[in-house]
Amino acid sequence: MEQYLSLFMRAIFVENLALAFFLGMCTFLAVSKKIETALGLGIAVILVQTITVPANNLIYQYLLKDGALAWAGLPEVDLSFLGLISYIGVIAAMVQILEMAMDKYVPALYNALGIFLPLITVNCAILGGTLFMVERDYNFAESVTYGLGSGFGWALAITAIAGIREKLKYSDVPDGLQGLGITFITAGLMALGFMSFSGIQL
Amino acid sequence: MASQAKTNVIDPLIDNNPITLQVLGICSALAVTTNMMASLIMCIALTTVCAFSGAFISAIRKHIPGNIRIIVQMTIIASLVIIVDQVLKAYAYEASKQLSVFVGLIITNCIVLGRAEAYAMKNPPLLSFLDGIGNGLGYSLILMSVAFFRELLGAGKLFGVQVIPVASEGGWYIPNGLMLLPPSAFFVIGLMIWGIRTWKKEQVEKPDYQIHQVHRTEVL
Repeated sequence: MEQYLSLFMRAIFVENLALAFFLGMCTFLAVSKKIETALGLGIAVILVQTITVPANNLIYQYLLKDGALAWAGLPEVDLSFLGLISYIGVIAAMVQILEMAMDKYVPALYNALGIFLPLITVNCAILGGTLFMVERDYNFAESVTYGLGSGFGWALAITAIAGIREKLKYSDVPDGLQGLGITFITAGLMALGFMSFSGIQL
Repeated sequence: MASQAKTNVIDPLIDNNPITLQVLGICSALAVTTNMMASLIMCIALTTVCAFSGAFISAIRKHIPGNIRIIVQMTIIASLVIIVDQVLKAYAYEASKQLSVFVGLIITNCIVLGRAEAYAMKNPPLLSFLDGIGNGLGYSLILMSVAFFRELLGAGKLFGVQVIPVASEGGWYIPNGLMLLPPSAFFVIGLMIWGIRTWKKEQVEKPDYQIHQVHRTEVL
């Protein structure tokens, strides 16, 4: 149990996808002007990440890994080169299913998150989470924990930067730094802050 | 035709740079720039994928149904990335280990998909190919300059060759370890945007909120 808790905390703070690995930066910088939208996108990322990382984990463990097809009588087959295309396919399909399911059962949430869901297919944080899961060879339970934790960390980071940017627009920024430039510097300072977690051993 | 082709390659370098103006493909720009060798390989990989995906998508653009176009584009891009990934694993294993997941992440690099969607879907294959090359080069320009500063100031090296003698080996330069850590990439790109926008005034963004200038006479 402790092992999962430590993995969860590490995924949120120490190995924060946005601020330590720079994943999902495009949306991180583009959709962080208001706290509300940032929070909506954050929740959508948590949802998708918690579903896709374990789903891809199953595909990797039982179909693609070297020797994974032993259950089908093909122990010497190694399909791991098909990884990238399968993962992105799963992500695109999951996002589509999630979108349809939400439209049918929770229309209120769908209306709030609707526009962000298609964006998530091309969010590198989602594919990045899956690829880290494969690289570190997590088992199923670990991948659920990692998916939830990393999604949560990303949501935390984008909400925090949106909060800072809402205040920042009242400050007197030099012309050339206006908009994108100052956002980069802010994100850099936040990444410095998050680095203070890196010495923590869990 | 010829002039259009030239614009496609030159324009994305500074005037319409994918990273500093269009805010696309930033993830890898930050993550792989700790040394120049890794960045160079990343640039070559991205430019190849971007150019060929543009050409292929544009070649079949009239046969792609509108509502599933993203999936079709993704499939083409993912196949190209798999080829690049396998080539890197075969011929540059060390480098591909160092780049770890970032080669795979070219699939979701917004430059590639952005150009496919914005340009290749509307233009003929050859022009789309050149557009891909141009945007790839614009990306490479930023990536290589960021890597140049980070590797030079962080380790005193360029392409792994010692150019400034560091203090630990009897030289005079004390390396700035911060440059090798993630946050410095944000600062370097932020300052670079500042530089470009001071030079090219028309790229400056309008502030959301104008601070009211109070003149001395108004107070009195």
